[in-house]
Amino acid sequence: MQPRTSEKICGMGHSMKRKEDARFLQGKGNYVDDVKLPGMLYMDIVRSPFAYAKIKSINTEAALAIPGVLAVITGETLAQYNLHWMPTLMSDTQMVLPTDTVMYQSQEVAAVIATSRYIAADGVEAVEVEYEPMQAMVTPFQSMEPGAPVLRTDKEGKTDNLAWHWEHGDREATDKAFASADVVVREKMHIPRIHVASIETCGCVADFDPVEGKLTVYMTTQAPHAVRTVLALVAGHVGLSEEKIRIISPDIGGGFGGKVPVYPGYVVAIAASVVIGKPVKWIEDRSENLQADSFARDYHMDCELAATNEGKIQALRIKTVADYGYTDAAANPSKFPAGLFSICTGSYDMDTAFTEMDAVYTNKPPGGVAYRCSFRVTEAVHAIERMVDVLAQKLQKDPAQLRFNNFIQPEQFPYQSPMGWEYDSGNYPAALQKAMDIVGYEELRREQAEKRARGEFMGIGISSFTEIVGAGPSKHFDILGIKMFDSCELRIHPTGKAIARFGTKSQGQGHETTYAQIIAEELGIPALHVEVEEGDTDTAPYGLGTYASRSTPTAGAAAAKAARKVRNKARKIAAYLLEVSEEDLEWEPGVFTVKGAPDKSTTIQDIAFAAYTNHPQGMEAGLEAVHYYDPPNLTFPFGSYICVVDIDKGTGEIKIRRFVAVDDCGNIINPMIVQGQVHGGLTQGLAPAMYESLIYDEEGNILNGTFMDYLLPTAVETPNWETAHTITPSPHHPLGAKGVGESATVGAPPAIVNAVVDALSPLGVTHLEIPMTPPQIWEILNAHGVAE
Amino acid sequence: MATRTVSITVNGETHTRDVEPRLLLVHFLRENLDLTGTHIGCDTSNCGACTVLLDGKSIKSCTLLAVQAHGKAVTTIEGVAQGGQLHPLQEGFKEKHGLQCGFCTPGMVMRAVELLDKNPDPTEDDIRWGISGNLCRCTGYVNIVKAIQYAAEKMQAEEAVEA
Repeated sequence: MQPRTSEKICGMGHSMKRKEDARFLQGKGNYVDDVKLPGMLYMDIVRSPFAYAKIKSINTEAALAIPGVLAVITGETLAQYNLHWMPTLMSDTQMVLPTDTVMYQSQEVAAVIATSRYIAADGVEAVEVEYEPMQAMVTPFQSMEPGAPVLRTDKEGKTDNLAWHWEHGDREATDKAFASADVVVREKMHIPRIHVASIETCGCVADFDPVEGKLTVYMTTQAPHAVRTVLALVAGHVGLSEEKIRIISPDIGGGFGGKVPVYPGYVVAIAASVVIGKPVKWIEDRSENLQADSFARDYHMDCELAATNEGKIQALRIKTVADYGYTDAAANPSKFPAGLFSICTGSYDMDTAFTEMDAVYTNKPPGGVAYRCSFRVTEAVHAIERMVDVLAQKLQKDPAQLRFNNFIQPEQFPYQSPMGWEYDSGNYPAALQKAMDIVGYEELRREQAEKRARGEFMGIGISSFTEIVGAGPSKHFDILGIKMFDSCELRIHPTGKAIARFGTKSQGQGHETTYAQIIAEELGIPALHVEVEEGDTDTAPYGLGTYASRSTPTAGAAAAKAARKVRNKARKIAAYLLEVSEEDLEWEPGVFTVKGAPDKSTTIQDIAFAAYTNHPQGMEAGLEAVHYYDPPNLTFPFGSYICVVDIDKGTGEIKIRRFVAVDDCGNIINPMIVQGQVHGGLTQGLAPAMYESLIYDEEGNILNGTFMDYLLPTAVETPNWETAHTITPSPHHPLGAKGVGESATVGAPPAIVNAVVDALSPLGVTHLEIPMTPPQIWEILNAHGVAE
Repeated sequence: MATRTVSITVNGETHTRDVEPRLLLVHFLRENLDLTGTHIGCDTSNCGACTVLLDGKSIKSCTLLAVQAHGKAVTTIEGVAQGGQLHPLQEGFKEKHGLQCGFCTPGMVMRAVELLDKNPDPTEDDIRWGISGNLCRCTGYVNIVKAIQYAAEKMQAEEAVEA
């Protein structure tokens, strides 16, 4: 797409270099742990070594005797203020600190407040806690067994460990379709528990000013406004009122959904600051982050697909058992307990579908966050993209051809899915064809046939995913009742420069650049002259924050709408300045010109100056606008990915030879940033496919709770991603954009699994669980006598 | 706790402080000298966010005590740009979009400084192995590799001009 604006203005379509980079590259970023306030104290946390235990006693005497230790806060301390429990964003409940029982390993048990980080750690060592361990329930299947002990005894009348049951779709029609289908394929798959593991952990500096009664919290949060409101609602009884709470989310070192929930540590630090009257800093260690903060995924899915003998998909049925850990601490929209899992019919036109889910409590940390995924879309896409390949294998059809035969066709949009979604736009065959052309699909299939004849294992895997992002329309989407709009407040200064503030919060997505480009596109003010601010609840307009690829669909749209309001006023001023009527003016980015008189024009900069110095009598001075954007629908980005792998018969190693990603996120604001988002997303898709999984033993002990053994891909494991795109604009978004942050995380894992299954299919392999490790592959090769 | 006096030259300036023997170099830099550009991303020496140069060699400053740096020279991200001019690596990261959230970036840049110092003309494989002790969760590394290649080319070109 050719940019409409000049290089100087740098509107949409320009690969503008990022405005935020200068500070990050010179060590001048301002992350939470960089905040240093006069008199600041430090907090460290005592954590449970057991997954499930009674607390018999907590002895704080030795800790308090250490010089520099000022306080030890326990559940009993918080109970005095009725702050020992808090609601989760899913209206479940969670202990802040326990008074009698711990429910997962590394759960917060007590907090030590001291004059330095090191003394706080000494204090933690000195707190003596006596536990009485109980048999932990580690898997949801254990928890669901008849007679299993009830974990949530805090919930009155609870007789089992079921958090909730959810159903969606048409059960009857789906059962009927399955009963009469020519072919039914079925596969069980587990999407393991993983962790977002942003390189910055979580933390905060809570600063209560006892004189003003004002609480300022610098916090690693993706949703500062929501946090402020929740705090005001749950801590109102101790005197914290919303206008006296200021949440500042400074630079955030990666979020990926893990910085949406409110963790006990934040609450305890705030309580400590309020009680002591001094600033309190709490920063997690990596191990604490991996072991206690919200996990993601952990879905056990039983998937079935019904089809005709010719390979026309008719129906999908998925039954899921979801492990939520100790409490449902996800951050899904309220009406969607399983998030947007019902996108599981994917890119395929079928008659009917049904899905149901049991969410189960276990003795593992609470969750599960939407890790770089618009609320459980990753699991849904894995299910459908794997099942399409399972069907292709069963019918001995080419998986690309089977996809072409079942795709929702371009002329079917807007498309009503059997699950009730209205897909806004798409061209699935074009994206898959483009990926096949880039990778050289036919040639690769020929090579594969030759290699198979020689006993070599090479595989080609496809994933043609559809995402559902940009939550969302206020009719259906809210978090704790707060509607999921987002906002932009735009002010043009007299010299034609601007400041724009948003309800979202960048964690690396480059908002300072892309939002400025949107305003440049709409007003012709150079993007370099537009300052973007987010994350301070005292100054930014209200919004629900950044996750679920919602920034461009919601706040990006708000930016365009606010800029258009400004432009409307600018037109009135221009008419006044040029002494013509508004209808006589033509707009091109940055300039109003009188129709038929090209020498009579005025620039946006001149107009801005006039708005403060020479505005028409009767008109308000100034040039600014606010817009709260309530999207009419979600957006549906999509793409086709093709992965080519070679299997090492000696070691079982999977070598990714090529990975081609064709994404379609509608109109593109900054191609460089979009490509960067795809690169990162692909790597976070590679990770669970081949490396990452949080592993627990039968006592509920985590076995890989540090970066030594929770394996993030390094530059060595990560392939050289090849990216391309097609453009199918969203018909309802003001800029035709759709959002892209999460597409690749969602789309990549099944492409990789499909490639490895394809490679091993001559051995009869039809499915592989993730992460696919070399020992797992080698065992298969060895069992068939083909390992070397 | 008893303290020890350390004298450490950081970005060309010598700082003498009384510190606890257990104080990590990264905390000395961040908290005693307020050089917060060096970050902490793990507790097992795996992530490399805390990478700085110690006498020109890249080290993980979370795995060294401040007292071990006594009498030595440390360079942090704050000391890389010279005279208001970005280092070719800093420029490369910006030009090639080699950073997103920016948290791993200072460590990545410091590691790459030594990498290019030892190997001015690295292959892609040299770069990938060279930064394999530094984790990035945002970029997928492709553009970090390109950023380092950009810097290598620029530095070689500059050297050729000087020669």
